[in-house]
Formats: sequence, structure tokens, C-alpha cells
Amino acid sequence: MNLRAMNLLSGDPPRGRALQAILILVILALAAAPFLFPGAKALNAAAKTCVMILLAASYDLLLGYAGIVSFAHVMFFGVGAYGVGLALYGLGAGWGALGVGLAAAAALSLALALAIGLFSLRVQSIFFAMVTLAVAYAFNVLASQLSWLTGGEDGRSFKVPDVLQPGFRLVEGKVFGVAINGKILTYYLLLVVVAAAFLVLLRVVNSPFGRVLQAIRENPFRAEALGYRTVVHRTLATCISALGATLAGALSALWLRYVGPDTALSFSIQVDVLVMVVVGGMGSLYGAILGAALFVFAESYLQDAMGALSQVAADARLPLLPALFHPDRWLLWLGLAFVLAVYFAPSGIVGALKGSEAKAN
Amino acid sequence: MSVLDAGAALPRRRPDILPALTPLAVALVAAPFIGSPSTFVTLTAAGLAMGMMIFTMASGLTLVFGMMDVLNFGHGAFIALGAYAATLVLLPLASWSSADSLPLNLAAFVLAVVVAALVCGVFGWVFERLIVKPVYGQHLKQILATIGGSIIAEQLLYAVFGPAQIPLNVPKTFEGSFVIGQAAIEKYRLVATCVGLLVFAAEMLILNRTRIGLLIRAGVENREMVEALGYRVDRLFVAVFMAGSALAGLGGAMMALYRGQVHATIGGEFLVLCFIVIIIGGLGSVGGSFVASILVALIANYAGFLVPKLALVSNILAMVAVLLWRPRGLYPVSGR
Repeated sequence: MNLRAMNLLSGDPPRGRALQAILILVILALAAAPFLFPGAKALNAAAKTCVMILLAASYDLLLGYAGIVSFAHVMFFGVGAYGVGLALYGLGAGWGALGVGLAAAAALSLALALAIGLFSLRVQSIFFAMVTLAVAYAFNVLASQLSWLTGGEDGRSFKVPDVLQPGFRLVEGKVFGVAINGKILTYYLLLVVVAAAFLVLLRVVNSPFGRVLQAIRENPFRAEALGYRTVVHRTLATCISALGATLAGALSALWLRYVGPDTALSFSIQVDVLVMVVVGGMGSLYGAILGAALFVFAESYLQDAMGALSQVAADARLPLLPALFHPDRWLLWLGLAFVLAVYFAPSGIVGALKGSEAKAN
Repeated sequence: MSVLDAGAALPRRRPDILPALTPLAVALVAAPFIGSPSTFVTLTAAGLAMGMMIFTMASGLTLVFGMMDVLNFGHGAFIALGAYAATLVLLPLASWSSADSLPLNLAAFVLAVVVAALVCGVFGWVFERLIVKPVYGQHLKQILATIGGSIIAEQLLYAVFGPAQIPLNVPKTFEGSFVIGQAAIEKYRLVATCVGLLVFAAEMLILNRTRIGLLIRAGVENREMVEALGYRVDRLFVAVFMAGSALAGLGGAMMALYRGQVHATIGGEFLVLCFIVIIIGGLGSVGGSFVASILVALIANYAGFLVPKLALVSNILAMVAVLLWRPRGLYPVSGR
């Protein structure tokens, strides 16, 4: 690989042929998605994959590199989504409003991350897990209750800047059925921003700061003895990761043209991200790409296969199996994969691909 | 007087009663704002009942954490499982629980909660063996594994019982409320309070007055030492985990009856509350979680009446306030 490409990847390219091949496949598929896979469903899946890649990668900075379990990641995602959504809703559909919303969301995320980090990272990481869970839950309830601001459970539908939404005459609330041009533009905006943010994250984890994070993950006591202020490093990691999540949330809101508790703050998104990172591979940002792609693919297409399987089982009059293979139970199988990954493949798919490569050599 | 007497017992450690008084202080502060005494009594009774149910669930979590150093994110699944198990008992026994006779009602109720606890105890054993055992001593993996376990458990509950809410009625005798003066107190809340107090008394007795309790407390303080003395701490661990799960099931069953319906989301909802409670109480402390449960429930009830918007975050505010006062909770357990 030439020097410029190495610089772009911060000297940390994906290792292993199989891994490289799969990553290139995923990235090419995402880059050409609007042309390769026509249809709203496929484009939605591709856009969701992009957003989830950023969300999972920023989460991996925390979970995989710093060894901190946070349940507030979806809260920062929600802050970004609500920031952009409410700004576009309140200030009108302009780039200025988008910028204001994004800046406000980033500021709020930063403040929250700082507060939570300084407050609870002094103690044990386990404590942080519980505190973030409680805070995220409260934030979720708060967002659905402050209906004068957030629209409550119904959320808010809003218009995006003209370029992204050619269907100008559309009445508010009818966000689907928009002319395809605007959507494709939005999709490429998503893709470019996610790619840039991913490269920035890659830069962060390969910086000296990233190395210190890994040292803290391996042995906090020793890192502290070497003179690194673990609380500061961990808090900083929380802040960076929160900003990544905020950006992902903003992109998600931009794509959906809607923001509400279910799409922006639901705890199931947090679980999804956890599954993506663990199955994809903790401690490797490329794992986030694989995890997110696999997850969204499974969510969008595995359900059909499971439905067929469930039907077969039902026809054969097997007990319980139809219920287990019901399309709504797909999370059951991913949960199983998740637990197995935690036990047997802590470095996820990325680790498995690297491992097979190492054996082959 | 000041001469040391070698034969005298060690001076008793002075009990730390200040944290235990916090619920009382909260009640006293809130009373003038609420004004009407009858409303105050109703709110307090409701808070106590809610607190006792939360305590039942949270004490299981704190026991498991204190004893085994495992933070069980799967605890919520057992809360939900307990609720479903109680439903399975009560639905066939509908004739008992809707009959107008106290003994039959009581029998149905007791049977339901006992079965809920037993079922959760058994599944707790399975969960411990399959999910928790491989990752003892590794916090990060523990959190991940138990979350994975809870995802699977919740999905299995959906697969078996379906995603719809199941209505569940309290036995007939426990319906309605007593009216004292102008204050109305729901009967079921009294029942819940009694059960919670029984659980607390039983836990305190077992932990402080029996040999098993002595070993558990010793294990909390210093596991290696207890093992060195020849006790099978791992077996105690399993027993404690089963007891913790059974408590979750008991609390879940009570809560489902209180709400009149069963749904798997009850698990996640109360897991969060349990975490707040055990953080406030001091991780691993049963007495602390008892005080904290009452505190949290009272604050939530008073806040819900006085400033409804604030009620939603009152738990978090209470937690922050307590941690600012005592950074390791009301009753910190040594070595944690």
C-alpha cells in the first residue's frame, strides 16, 4: 500500500487478506448502493449501515480501546438527532439551522459526557456502566415527556435543506415518498461524513492518546503508576466518543427527516450497537464496519429467511420452533451470537479473520 | 475507668443511623408542601409499598454483587420471568383468586409468588452455570455476557408468551382500599409492604444469625480466606445467585400484580431502578438497599405529586445528591 493511503488510514490498515477483501466489498457496496440496489428498502438499509458504522466505531473507542462500558451512547446519538431535528423544525429548513442544531447538540453532548465522566469514572468502570444506564434512561423519559419541545412520543417531522429535499411542495408530516434525487444526495452526504469521521477516529485510536487508552484498558493501575492521569484520559475518550455518536445521530435525523424517542433514544439501539461492536470485533475500528453491515443486513433480510423457516417449522407442526424462528425473534439469534462472541471470540469477526490468516501463513 | 480491661468485649461499633433517617427526613420536608394530611398518608403508604417491592428486586441484585462481585445485567430478565411465572399460576387458579374468600385468595397469591421465586431460582442456576460462570472475575466480559443473556432471555419470553400484554388481577380480597379518615390506602399496597418487610427480616436474620449468613458475609469480606478455611465458596456462590434470582422473581410477580398486567419490558424498566437503588444504598449492602428503596420510592411519589415534571429525573437527582454526600453510597461495604 502506498504512503498516502497509509497516512489516510493512520498507519493502521486492516490486516489479513480475507478481512481486506470483505471490507472492500462492503465499502464498494455502500459507495454504489443507490445504483446497485434500487429501491427504497435497500437504500434505507445502506443509509442505516453508514450511520451505524459511525455509531459503532465511536462506541468501540470507548468499549474496545478504553475498556469502558457505557449505556449512554444512545443518549448522545439522541442528542445529535434531536439537536438537528429540532433546529430544522424550529428555525426552518436551512443550512444555518442545521449548523446551529449540530453545534448546540455537540455542546450539550460534550457537557453531558464531561459531567458523567468526571462524576463516575473516578470509581470503578462498573459504576460508570450503572450510572450511564440510569442517566440514559432518565434522558429517554425526559425527551418523551417534554412534549412542547420534543414532540413527545410522536416526535417531530421536519424539512431538510432544499438540496436534500427536492419534494418542496410536500406537506409536513409526510416524509416518505420524497423524490429520489434528494435522497441520493443525502445518502452521499451521509457516506462522505461517515467516512471522514471514521478516518478521524482511526487517527485518534492510533495516536499516542489511543495507545494510553489501551494501556489503561489493560492495566489501569500500571498506567497510573507510569504517570498517566487515567480519569482525564477516560473522560476525554468518553467525550470524543460522545461527539461521534452525536454526529451519527444528526446524520440519522437528516436521513429520516424525523426525530422521535423510538428512532433516536430507544434503549434497543444501545443494545444493537453493543451487539455490532462485540460481534464485529472489539478493539478494532474495522470491526465496527463489519458489525454494522452484518447487523443491518440481518435486520433487513434475515427476518425474511426466518419467516420462511418459521413457516416450514409450523407446517411440520414442531412445537415452539415456529415461535423461535418468528421474524420478530431475530434478536434472539443475534443475542446468542453475541454471547458466543464474548466467550469464544473476544475480538469478533475481525479477530477470526485475522486468526485464520495467521494460520494460513 | 480508663484502664483497659483485657476481659472486656471489644467496643461495639457504633451503628451509623444517619443514612437510615434520610427517608424520614424526606417525608418531614415534603409534608408541609403537600399540605393535606390525608394526601400525605396516601402518598407515603404508596411510596412504602413501592419501595418494598423495589427492595425485593434490588436486594437480590446487591446480594449477588456483594457476594460474587458480579453485576448481573440479566437481573431484569428474572424480574420479567417471575411476573410470567405468577401469571401461569394465577390464570388457571382464576376461580380461587376471584372467589370471595380470604383463604382461597391468600392461597392463590402465596402459591403464585412462591412459584415465581422457585422458577426464577431454578433458572438462576441455569443462568449462572451457562452465562456467568465462564467469566468470573472479568468485569467487562461479565457485563457483556449478562447483557447477552438478558437479550436471549427476553426474546425467549417473547417467543413463549407472545409480545402482547397479559392482564393479571390481584385476588379479590386484596382489591379496593381501606379508608382511614380521608386517606385511602390500597389493600394490595399493605400486602406488598408486609411481604417486603418479611423478605427484609428474613434476609437480615439469615445473613446475621445463621452459619450460612456468616459464611456469606465472610465471603464478601475476604473470599480467599474463607476458601482457605475449607469452605466451598463456589457452591455458596451458586446458592446466592439462585436466591438473588428468586428475589427478582418474587419482586417481579408482586409488581406485575400491582400493575395488573405482565409484559417483558417490566424487566428493563426495573433493572434501571434497581441499579439506582443499589448505588444509593452502597453496592453489596442489603440494609443500604432497604433504606435506598424507601428513599427512592418516597422521593418519586412526593415529586410526582408536587412537581410532576421533576418526578421523572427525581431518581437520578436523588442518586447524585446521595453520592455527593457519601460517594460510596449510604452504607458502603468494605473492600468494594
